[in-house]
Formats: sequence, structure tokens, C-alpha cells
Amino acid sequence: MLISEPDAGGHFGVYGGRYVPEVLMSPLEELETAYREARQDPAFHEELDHLLRTYVGRPTPLYYAKRLSESLGGARIYLKREDLLHTGAHKINNALGQALLARRMGKKRIIAETGAGQHGVATATVCALFGLQCIVYMGEEDMRRQRLNVFRMRLLGAEVVGVSAGSRTLKDAISEAMRDWVTNVGTTHYLLGSVLGAHPYPAMVRDFHRVIGVESREQMLAVEGRLPHRIYACVGGGSNAIGMFHAFLSDSDVRLIGVEAGGRGAELGQHAARFSGGAPGVLHGALSYVLQDDDGQVALTHSVSAGLDYASVGPEHVRLREIGRTEYTSCQDGAALEAAQLLCRTEGIIPALESAHGLAEMIREAPRAQGEIFLLNLSGRGDKDIDIYRENLKDLDAD
Amino acid sequence: MATRIAHLFTRLAQERRKGLIAYLTAGDPSPEHTPRLVAALERGGADLIELGVPFSDPIADGPVIQRAGYRSLAAGTTLARVLEMAARIRKTSEVPLLLFTYLNPVVRFGFDRLALEAKAAGIDGVLLTDASVEEAAPYLPPLRAAGLDTVFLGAPTSTSRRLKLVAEYSTGFVYLVSRTGVTGEQTALSDSIGPLVAAMRAVTDLPLAVGFGISRPEHVAEVARTADAVVVGSAIVRLIEERAALPSLEADLEAFTRELKRPLLEVRP
Repeated sequence: MLISEPDAGGHFGVYGGRYVPEVLMSPLEELETAYREARQDPAFHEELDHLLRTYVGRPTPLYYAKRLSESLGGARIYLKREDLLHTGAHKINNALGQALLARRMGKKRIIAETGAGQHGVATATVCALFGLQCIVYMGEEDMRRQRLNVFRMRLLGAEVVGVSAGSRTLKDAISEAMRDWVTNVGTTHYLLGSVLGAHPYPAMVRDFHRVIGVESREQMLAVEGRLPHRIYACVGGGSNAIGMFHAFLSDSDVRLIGVEAGGRGAELGQHAARFSGGAPGVLHGALSYVLQDDDGQVALTHSVSAGLDYASVGPEHVRLREIGRTEYTSCQDGAALEAAQLLCRTEGIIPALESAHGLAEMIREAPRAQGEIFLLNLSGRGDKDIDIYRENLKDLDAD
Repeated sequence: MATRIAHLFTRLAQERRKGLIAYLTAGDPSPEHTPRLVAALERGGADLIELGVPFSDPIADGPVIQRAGYRSLAAGTTLARVLEMAARIRKTSEVPLLLFTYLNPVVRFGFDRLALEAKAAGIDGVLLTDASVEEAAPYLPPLRAAGLDTVFLGAPTSTSRRLKLVAEYSTGFVYLVSRTGVTGEQTALSDSIGPLVAAMRAVTDLPLAVGFGISRPEHVAEVARTADAVVVGSAIVRLIEERAALPSLEADLEAFTRELKRPLLEVRP
């Protein structure tokens, strides 16, 4: 039985922890206590489960991708359809859980960061649902790349604050959200969107996504009478991956494979593959693997997918990799775009560019895996990425 | 082995004076400027200098110090170069120097190496902005062994249990953050200063410095009524930003420092 839980200080092995200015330490302790109490309160789970069912759209289907599988001629491929959730991605599992927690804590102002905009949209959505004030920090480069999601957040009543510092992407949006939280911590809950940051965030966000793997495991047993041979998921911060992997940690025959953004190539600054190019470091509250230069300055990153474009990764992933339970690889922009097109044409599903990274690695391996069962967490849908698909697939856009 | 920081606070107590601590981002606008700017701060009356190490993701800093950090990084500043600046300052000055840094550049540099090289460069203490006492604790032995002070932050949000921890791990002095927020000038002082100083006094005999949001001589006067030293950062960094290109930069910085210091020159009963 493999149990992956942090120690009292929030460490997974040596990774994770609470690397924050002192002003945030007591608020983090308060959040941890509130979360622990909520976890033990049946009424909290009842409300969360009810809303997950009636508002969010859980459980999501486990879908056998027959035409995709046949076109590759190898593994039988299943997709966990998190893309069918309300707001279009898995992010709402966590946003809803934390919003319920914030309401319990009496915090009426919610801040969040967003990269691709999916977490921002999910946060804006649950804030509208509960009548909470919502401020979303977003890098200006990401606002340009994900214009549609910026408008969706505003339509839902959120204020979107552009961040012009640094690379103007997710990293800078998190820094700005942390500055807001440091300043307004008495009234404000920081609704962090991935398994990143200081304890208790990595464990708490994971717990809210754990339902993905729990459902998948049951569904797979019901359909196939056995567990998959391999599970694939993209890894930015790594929330969809950890949510999928966690229920399978003790199933040692199931390979758990995370796919990072390989961007344009292996040179520092051209990708977001922390496990191949990074080193242990501290960013945004946790010790993890961080893309950085020799002087400990955090590197800029690139990915066609805004949601994977980040210099660090959830600390639990680092620990699970260290003990050999999970493995990580990366996929470049071009391969992700190509994989997405194959899914569109064989299954009629337009995937989010983030999910397309996991898809690409799975597609690469499938032909050589005759007789195996593969499962992909299809964490989001591609509607938000239409502009990027158009930019990159110009031949489809000609009249 | 008492450091220059400990000597400073002993002397201030004997003279019944309060100290002025000046922060600047090392390497802003260029590494060549820093020793001259520190000399100007010292001539103006700064009792202790905080040398800020620039970091790519300064989550505890407001826009003024963020911009200084980006200028400094663009000018090629690294932790190693900050130590070179300290060594140059130390050739002509005995002013206490506190290295003020985010954790990651030090993790990368190595704590054992920092302890040796910082001491050799004439640094007297280290403050790790984004390391809680719990996370910093394992890193402290080499710093202590080298005779460096380790200063930690206390905040208005800190519980009394946490204030005790902060005091326990601090040597030299404790740095109290005047308000919940990032660095930056404010027009009015926070109400939390008095209660925070009192709460900290109840758990430690270490000298107490108060910083964040203090930018004017009248703020300095007010804070010095309770604290042992007053930290001014963003107002100094802004002056450097605004006058970087002027020949009067050093004279202006010295004059501004003298203004900040004036309320502290009166000997108290």
C-alpha cells in the first residue's frame, strides 16, 4: 500500500513545505486547520458532492476511443472526459472545493492566478455561484493568447488584472496574486489553481481532484474488468495528473506517466520540462524542481500551451518520481498540435492544448503496445485554444 | 563572538539612541554604483545597511523594489557579485552589512559556501525573506558557525507562538514588518506597529527594528518611539531610481538619509 501524504510541515520527502514570508505563516496555518475541519465534516462533503453532481457534471464518462485506437493499431485507448465538465476542464473540481472552504472561513474576497484561463474561469464561475468577489491575476502575454477566457471571466463578473512583470505569464500572475494575498490576507482567500504553493495547497488541491482517479478506477474495472497498463496526463503544476494518479498509487502494475511541455526545444527558456532541465529550488512557497539559471534566477519558459508554461512543478510529483512510482517525459509544441488534430479527426473531440501533450505521448507509444490498455486524462477541451490552433494551422484557415 | 550588528545595538543602547537602517538593492542601477551609494548612506547617518540581492520573482516586494531588482539583474548582478560589492565596501567602512535575500539564489549558491564567502566579504548577517523559521532552521548551522547573524521577520499576523519562534531563531536583532503587505512607501503608518513591538518585547530581549512602509522623517520619529531601529527601503530605492543619471545622485542620497536620521539624533531619556 503506497500512501503519499505530506508530513506535518507539508513536506513530500524533502519537497513542498512552507517557503513564504512570515506574514503568510499564520494564515496558512489557519487555512490548514479550516481545511482539516471541513474534511472531517460530512455536511461539507455532502454539499460538495451534490454540486459536483448537479452543477459541475460529475461523474465524467470514461470513453473508449475506438477509432483513435484502431488508427494507431496498438493499445486500446480510453479517455477520461474531464473536458465535459462545466467550464471545460478539470479545474472546477478544485475551484468549487476551495470556494466552499472560503465561504466556511467567512472570506468574501477571492483571488486567483490563471495561465490558460481555465482556472480563472472556474474560479469566476464558483464566485458567481456563491456571490463572492473575484479578482483574477493573469500575465499580459497569456491574456493575449487566451482572449476568449479573459472575456468569459469578465462576463461572469470577475475582475481580470493584467500582470506586466517578467515573462507576463503564469509565474508572474502567481507572484502578483501572492502579493495581493500578503496585503489583504485578513479578508481574502487565495484560490490557488494547481498542486503548487505552500502547504496545505498541494495536498488540498490534490484532494479536490482525487475524484478523477477514483471514478476512473471504478469505471475501468466495470468496463474492462481490469486496470489500465498505463495512464497518461499532462503536467504543468500537475493537478489533473495528481488527481488521476492518486487512486492508482498502490496499483504497482499501472504505469503513471506525466507529460511536460517540451516547447520548442531543450534549451533553457524554450520549454517547461522541469524534470529534464530543472534542479531543486524554491519558487512560490515550495521546494520543488525549478527551471533556473546557475545563479538561482528562475528561467523564462515557453510552451504553446499557456497552462503548462510554468517554471516549477507540484512537489508531490517530485517525490513520487524520486521513489520511482511515477515517470515523466515531455512533448514539443508541434507534436501536441499534431496529436490534437488526430483526436479531432478520429473521435470528434477538440482537446485543450495542455491535454494534447499527454495525448501526443500516448499516441507515440500506442502502436508499440499491442494488447495493452492506455488511459488518458483528457483534462480540458480546446474551445479556448481555437485562436492558437488557427495561428498554428494556417492551411486550415485559408479560404 | 559578537558581530558588528550586535556591537551597533549595544552602542545605540549605551548612547540612548535609535538606529537608522537603510535598504538598497545591490547592483541597482549597476554593481559599480553600490559601494558609492552605500558610502553616501553611511555619510548621511545610516547605522546599518541591508544589501538586497535581486531575484527574478520577488513576491514580498512592491513595484519600486521589483523594478530595482530587474535593473540590477539586467546589469548582471548575481549573489557572487553582491559579495564582491560587500568586500569593496568593507575595504573602507565598518558599517554593519545585512544580506537581504530570497532563498533560491542561496540554495543554488550553497549555504556552506555562502557562510564562508559572506563572512570573508565582511557581511555580518543574513535575512532570508521567503523562508519561514521552520524551513530555514536546517540551513542555519553553517551561517552561525561562520559567525553570521540570522535575522528573521515578525509580522502583524504572527501569533504569539510564532513570535517566540522568530525570536528564538534570530540573532543580532528581529525585523518586524509594520503591516501586512509588500514593501513600499505609505502615506500613513500602520496601527499594528505599537502592538507588534509590544508583543515581541514580551518574548525577547533582542533589539527590534521596524520596516515596510516607512518613508519620511516623521514616520521615522514615530516608529523610533517604540522600536530600537527604523528601516527605510523603498523611499531610498525610489530616489536612486529617479536620480540615477544625475551627477548629484550621491549627494542627494546623503541629504535624504540625513533628513531621515535627524529625528534619531536627539538623545532620549
